[in-house]
Amino acid sequence: MATRTVYDKIWDAHVVAERDDGMTILYVDRHLLHEVTSPQAFEGLAQAGRSPWRRGANLATPDHNVPTTNRSRGVEGIEDAVAKEQVVVLDDNCKRYGIEQFEMTDRRQGIVHVIGPEQGATLPGMTIVCGDSHTSTHGAFAALAHGIGTSEVELVLATQCLVQRKSRNMRIIVEGHLPFGTSAKDMILAIIRAIGTAGATGHAIEYAGSAVRALSMEARMTLCNMSIEAGARAGLVAVDDTTLNYVHGRPFAPTGAMWDRAEDYWRTLVSDADADFDTELELDAAGIVPQVTWGTSPELVLGIDENVPAPDDFEDPAKRELCERALTYMDLEAGRPIASVPVDRVFIGSCTNGRIEDLRAAAAVLDGRHVANSVTQAMAVPGSGLVKAQAEAEGLDEIFRSAGFEWRDPGCSMCLAMNDDRLYPGERSAATSNRNFEGRQGHLGRTHLVSPAMAAAAAVAGHFTDVRDLP
Amino acid sequence: MIEAFEHHEGTVAPLDRANVDTDQIIPKQFLKSIRRTGFGDNLFDAWRYLDEGVIGKNANERRINHDFVLNEPRYAGSSILLARGNFGCGSSREHAVWALQEYGFRCVIAPSFADIFFSNSLKNGLLLIVLEKNLVDELFGIVQLEEGYSLRVDLAGQTLRGPGFAADFEIEPERKRLLMQGLDDIGATLAHADAIRDFESRHRQRMPWVFSRDGNAS
Repeated sequence: MATRTVYDKIWDAHVVAERDDGMTILYVDRHLLHEVTSPQAFEGLAQAGRSPWRRGANLATPDHNVPTTNRSRGVEGIEDAVAKEQVVVLDDNCKRYGIEQFEMTDRRQGIVHVIGPEQGATLPGMTIVCGDSHTSTHGAFAALAHGIGTSEVELVLATQCLVQRKSRNMRIIVEGHLPFGTSAKDMILAIIRAIGTAGATGHAIEYAGSAVRALSMEARMTLCNMSIEAGARAGLVAVDDTTLNYVHGRPFAPTGAMWDRAEDYWRTLVSDADADFDTELELDAAGIVPQVTWGTSPELVLGIDENVPAPDDFEDPAKRELCERALTYMDLEAGRPIASVPVDRVFIGSCTNGRIEDLRAAAAVLDGRHVANSVTQAMAVPGSGLVKAQAEAEGLDEIFRSAGFEWRDPGCSMCLAMNDDRLYPGERSAATSNRNFEGRQGHLGRTHLVSPAMAAAAAVAGHFTDVRDLP
Repeated sequence: MIEAFEHHEGTVAPLDRANVDTDQIIPKQFLKSIRRTGFGDNLFDAWRYLDEGVIGKNANERRINHDFVLNEPRYAGSSILLARGNFGCGSSREHAVWALQEYGFRCVIAPSFADIFFSNSLKNGLLLIVLEKNLVDELFGIVQLEEGYSLRVDLAGQTLRGPGFAADFEIEPERKRLLMQGLDDIGATLAHADAIRDFESRHRQRMPWVFSRDGNAS
């Protein structure tokens, strides 16, 4: 048999049929659902008189719309009537079709991409889909995971399959050691800067190299999470001991003899030594410094020691225009050191950086320090109820509170500002989330994406600053 | 069932920005709806209006941004959107496609599209045409010069024709067939139900751990 990449192997193991027209019917192992992209799919299912193909493949939780305060009253406590209706409709649909759901009051509730791995609902070698583009997160487990639209949510519910055309293979190799003070977030921002937001369109990315192997599972999830910001639907990392150690003992993971059998298979989920990649990129980890986005696209990234660019710094006329528009929207002038830019609100959380390690990294910076007076609000939003409980057991909540942070309940929160957590017109954030698009965090809000440590440092200094230089 | 697409003739509106993301096409506050309709008034909301878009606000009472291209009278009623590269990047929200269609667009022309947006469009019968950048540049030039410029899209012949402009476009045969017949993806996939069941039973033997929750769902 020809040599294969991890992506090829997972793909091959899920082919139900090749259609005459060149499309593949691909089997879906795990389907994650949330309140925003599923209601129309369930409605379509009901209208056609269909029911879910395999109930046990599905796991649901409300995350996008839920408030991050006053959660004791559950759904009844949601003040926004429209948001509440979506959460109620998810509850109803899950009950009606017998789909397992972590409801708002369940301590296992959280951001769908945090709870899947946490529960072991995400396993190596699986095909995993969800009506959310950051489903690429689960690729950290050598799973083929990507976002789908609502029509495909309905298709998966009804048939347990997707109709797909295979992507091309891309490998991004990061060698060496990440310098002190940098993280997987800085790594992925540096990658997106290098290849652009359409750089991996049509590809599945495999992240490889010694710097990637050295990352924890939490960090690999951060890396894979933002694959979509580089244009790739899916990003993944091959299986190794780190993967298996994380999965072992999780509630949905196999045990005993079944574990041994699974492990034998999972160990094969590495790319063959001479496998072919359509595109390859190499990056030196040692050259990565803490990153800050300055514009309205995740590719507009700077090292903390750099200055905001001018349109003339870009050769491509389209990029020049993007730069010009971004300077205006972000209210920045070319040549200004990014480290001089003040922040109004600080957001630590999201499916990119809302896991326990992220909270630890931020707390390590905040311990013994305090949020600057000029900062209007700083909030830490754990990615799930279990992450929150773990952080509290470690005393991290006390560190956040003493430093002047608000300690919130889990949800997507200010990453996309569907609930009350948001920027107001003209305000500027340091955010550990994944998108800095115009208005993403609130109408006319200005978002700068950073790592948890850099967000904490910005909160303390009142402006962006190199976390390694904090007094 | 989606509406079948054979050919279409309509006015072209130029949106001269690269990397238009789905947060711009339909901002998140409108995603709270549980329906597939009601998004057209909020297409490009933050660009079309000067006041902040709030769900339920009457579009007739909004402050129009007259500088935004779609608000120029010459582009009123346009049904073909001419766009730049990486159109539809970002979030997987299918609401972006629903909003474009409800506004009146049947077709978007650009040098490239983001992957998820591309499949979402196909599922709803919104035709995306990928044209080489120089042809897109040429069209931008023509559309900006000629008021009311209209193009005819012939999907069967894979041609675009308008005064002073002619181009052929590529489309994968299966996408073309889906669009032209308005096929129901679920129906087509369920036609393979036996193959899915066969696969599933073999898969269950090979990887039983994948099915560990099948007994747990209530």
